[in-house]
Amino acid sequence: MALRHEPAPPRMSLTLAAPFHAASRSARSARRPRVTPYLLLAPSLICLALFTYWPLIQVLLRSFWSGARPGIGNYARLLADAHFTTAVVNNVLYALGTILPALALALAFALALQRSTRLVLVLRTLFVMPLMIPLVAAAALFSFVLLPGEGLLDTYLAPLGLGAANWLGDPSLALPSIIGITIWKNTGYYMLFFLAGLAAVPAELLEAARIDGAGACARFRHVTLPMLGPTFGFVLPIAAVNALVQVDHVVTLTQGGPSDSTNLLLYYIYQQAEQNHDAGLAAAATALSVAALLSLAMLSLRATDRGLHHAS
Amino acid sequence: MRRDAHPLALLAVAACGLLWAVPFAWMAVASLRPGIPADIASLLPRLPLGFANFAEAWTSGAFPTWYVNTIIVCGGIVLIQIVCSALAGYAFARLRFPCRDLLFAAFLLQLLLVPTLLIAPNLATIVGLHLYDRLTGIMAPYLASAFGTLLMRQAFRAIPRDYEEAAMIDGAGVIALIRHVLLPLARPSIVAFAIVSVTFHWNEFLWPLMAVSSPDRQVLTVGLASFASGSEAGGEWGVVAAGTILVAGPLLVAFLLFQKRFTASFVFSGLKG
Repeated sequence: MALRHEPAPPRMSLTLAAPFHAASRSARSARRPRVTPYLLLAPSLICLALFTYWPLIQVLLRSFWSGARPGIGNYARLLADAHFTTAVVNNVLYALGTILPALALALAFALALQRSTRLVLVLRTLFVMPLMIPLVAAAALFSFVLLPGEGLLDTYLAPLGLGAANWLGDPSLALPSIIGITIWKNTGYYMLFFLAGLAAVPAELLEAARIDGAGACARFRHVTLPMLGPTFGFVLPIAAVNALVQVDHVVTLTQGGPSDSTNLLLYYIYQQAEQNHDAGLAAAATALSVAALLSLAMLSLRATDRGLHHAS
Repeated sequence: MRRDAHPLALLAVAACGLLWAVPFAWMAVASLRPGIPADIASLLPRLPLGFANFAEAWTSGAFPTWYVNTIIVCGGIVLIQIVCSALAGYAFARLRFPCRDLLFAAFLLQLLLVPTLLIAPNLATIVGLHLYDRLTGIMAPYLASAFGTLLMRQAFRAIPRDYEEAAMIDGAGVIALIRHVLLPLARPSIVAFAIVSVTFHWNEFLWPLMAVSSPDRQVLTVGLASFASGSEAGGEWGVVAAGTILVAGPLLVAFLLFQKRFTASFVFSGLKG
């Protein structure tokens, strides 16, 4: 009864519109059955379930399962394993030692190579070529570059009174050598992103800053660098993932040695899984690596968010 | 107007460029000098030159097998990735369904948790699936691609709906629609994706090393690693250089021929991924 006395018009239009809307939607869903989206996603989801989600579950379960009952035994063993703690420290050094110089060089190269003259195109090609070859091929080449005595480095450094070092055999030089190979391999890749980022910096902005009397350094610091924020935002995660997964040259050149000086996380995991058949340790080490990667990603996401907020 | 770099800065970068080129220059020169020359570190080609190192590398490694296996792995992965990504990309680009955003986020997780990091659990999985020591085992973790899905979703979204509606009126099913209408229009994205995917899998080492044990199922990178360590031990650096060219050469040549396309694809992959 009360309903009849309510002011009707606005509601009427709503109740009238809704059935029409529903009718047209049901007509469309008759053409495209509701299961279609899930069928389309099924092939990818099956593969993701097997090789992305299940590994996470499996690693967590396996890492907390040592012997007959669940517990933190594997993690205790892992943290007590000096090889593992060394691998963690090395991996942090490897990440810092590869990411910072490679990004700095990439940015410097990109800044110098913006105009497409013939020389510039040749130089760009030279820097990108290492990206195209396998890391094991780079390792094969560098095994001669770094060869003590006859190798390229020693041959050409000898006149300068340098060289004659056992680059891969000396525990204090092996990790820097491995880092050098990675920098050689990755810099061109990051340079491509900086070139794209620089091309997106409006020329008028730089021109305006110049007219206002800003020198080259000031223009770089206050115009170019802030405009490259998004570029850093996606190059950094790529570089971080690379620092975790690029260990092929460690496998072929040093096998983590000498005396663990080039042992890295993924190489440690590989050794546990493939050579020692210690699934518990491999699982615990994988779980910690995944956790580290996810927390790094969260941090960088938050940093980019704040950066964007700041910029707007 | 982009202004030229300062001449001194350009000079410094050019010097770095020469430094970057040294390993390649040595590879080319050493591979062409037969035998074990005394000045093997030379970066200038000196007579006699010849292809003896390539012949030696070809016969001491199983290159024909490695090439065939690598091509099967790369080709198989990229084809199935394109199919899976196109289907999923269409669903995310055009259809509304419950849990869509959640599922999309679940896909994106793979961008971070790359299969290379998960080698230990994935090895257990392919052993369980009886795919260990098979080429399909090497391919399995990569058949779904979050990056490919993202790329196809983006590409399909850029295509006006009119095309699809015309096809729907003609009574085409979803699969026919994707195959005959959307995929041809998304060709540039597919080419970019294929370039990045093939480069990655041609160059991959650690997972194929773990997933396969029989010599006749090895791929180029794994073959090179065992072959190079043998030749290095014998001091046959010319053969090592020739073998490295045999492994890295095809992609390097393709890159030099289609440089613009390769660079654009890699930039594209980073920006979208």
